[in-house]
Amino acid sequence: MMKQPTVRPAKIRRDTVKARLIVFSILAVLLILCSLFSEYLTPYDPYLQDLSNAKAAPTAQHIFGTDRYGRDMLSRVIVGSRTSIFSTLLLVAVITVIGTVIGVFCGWHGGKIDTVLMRISDMFLAFPGLVFALAVAGVLGGGLHNAIFALAAISWPKYARIARSQTLSQKETPYLRAARLSGSGTVKILAMHILPNIIGPILVTSMLDIGTMMMELAGLSFLGLGAKPPIAEWGSMMSENRALMTTVPWITMAPGLAIFVSVMIFNLLGDTVRDYADPKARGR
Amino acid sequence: MTVGPILRVDNLTKVFTRKGQPPFTAVDHIGFELMPGECLGIIGESGSGKSTAVNMVTRLTDATEGTIILDGEDITHKKGRQLQNAYRKMQMVFQTPTESFDPRHTLGDGIGESLRNFGHCRAEVDRQVAGLLKQCGLPADFAKRYPHQVSGGQCQRAAIARAIAIKPKLLICDEATSALDVTIQKEVLALLRQLRQELSLSILFICHDIALVQQFCDRVLVLYRGSIVEEGIPNEVIRNPRNDYTRRLIDSIL
Ligand SMILES: Nc1ncnc2c1ncn2[C@@H]1O[C@H](COP(=O)(O)OP(=O)(O)OP(=O)(O)O)[C@@H](O)[C@H]1O
Ligand SMILES: [Mg+2]
Repeated sequence: MMKQPTVRPAKIRRDTVKARLIVFSILAVLLILCSLFSEYLTPYDPYLQDLSNAKAAPTAQHIFGTDRYGRDMLSRVIVGSRTSIFSTLLLVAVITVIGTVIGVFCGWHGGKIDTVLMRISDMFLAFPGLVFALAVAGVLGGGLHNAIFALAAISWPKYARIARSQTLSQKETPYLRAARLSGSGTVKILAMHILPNIIGPILVTSMLDIGTMMMELAGLSFLGLGAKPPIAEWGSMMSENRALMTTVPWITMAPGLAIFVSVMIFNLLGDTVRDYADPKARGR
Repeated sequence: MTVGPILRVDNLTKVFTRKGQPPFTAVDHIGFELMPGECLGIIGESGSGKSTAVNMVTRLTDATEGTIILDGEDITHKKGRQLQNAYRKMQMVFQTPTESFDPRHTLGDGIGESLRNFGHCRAEVDRQVAGLLKQCGLPADFAKRYPHQVSGGQCQRAAIARAIAIKPKLLICDEATSALDVTIQKEVLALLRQLRQELSLSILFICHDIALVQQFCDRVLVLYRGSIVEEGIPNEVIRNPRNDYTRRLIDSIL
């Protein structure tokens, strides 16, 4: 009797979550494909200068206009997706793996090593991202790799924390004891039981982080601490043309729009994955 | 020639130390023997240290002091592969059936885990799992189910199937029937009794229900605040308790 009203909404919610998941996954995959095959998608050579046609307003030929060297903005935005999206995905993958490995190790092992590693992670967590990136740029020089390094250094602790607390809560469960009694060694237990059970919240965090990291990388590039011209990268493209913002606004608008749309898609995808992974939303 | 005990525990002690708190002795120098084929009950109120004691026996918790001798072999300090080998002889059934199976694995995976670890091939494991499920009164297709898809009683049967998969000599049941309702409790107990016959198991049966122990065990230990206060045949202990605490424990139930 009580069942109908409680089951139905959950199911409807689940269906919409599923639909959203499909839509946003397709959009994200399209973005990634676009960045993979960017060379073949550009209508013009993104590095070809044509000073006679500089700062052209958007037309049918150049729908985002051209920059001050007469390069086609659409082509540059498309090529820029390679740098922007790929470095972001790389960054997120690296911090997810490093953070998870360290967190699981600390949670499982405990003891002094755990304390030391967690203090170190606290230290990194306390750094404001920009300041650390500035310091890294100061020591190692600017450039995309160093920007990724700086962001990775301050972002892994979040993952380590999640992985550690999740591991701790898994460690004393009866099924882990049962697995030990079944003769499974540490490696097997970590890989077969702990990891599958903790990976959900970690993956959700990394999905949500894709948008944030894309912004941060673009921000660092905008400040000249990330990708350097003439490499097409959305942040540095905006920075390159920022002097022209008032006179020819479309030049900054194109990469700005690209950042906005991609961050939005990845954030929405992250939200949806979180809803999907939430057991309360599942009609078990 | 006399046969040695399957399990012998001496001076087993567990002291929990936590920062800012005085050390707490959960198990205080207990010792007992379990003979092959025997069923030994341990009763005691909640918090008397029953779980702590058996967790030390299975080496899931490290003992502060004492020795554990399993089938003539000292396993007190065994680690890694050697300890895993000791688990061939000793298995355990937990109080919470559903939580004792990994939610991300099927019951069949859980039951077959020990078989795979001890070198059986995939097809052989599947075959044996089906046989074990049948032996424990479950249909073979339960192997494909997840723990949340079966009832507590069914899950406990699966847990028993997992425990007997590698043909252990000693089965430890830590309140294996406490989370089940009375009729299911009876069924599970009947299953344990049957398996005990079929596999000539020795059983260490932890319980806080003296009536169950009376039905099921050959001998009983009464644990109170970490110490053994009484030992004997269940009927005699119930009829003629020598210890005050035991008397109160019996009075509160009967
Ligand atoms: N990890 C721990 N740290 C500190 N104290 C603990 C720990 N584990 C158990 N204890 C304490 O040890 C005592 C014995 O606990 P134990 O779980 O062995 O009791 P039990 O007899 O199994 O009780 P129950 O019938 O409720 O299962 C309790 O007072 C408990 O608070
Ligand atoms: Mg207990």
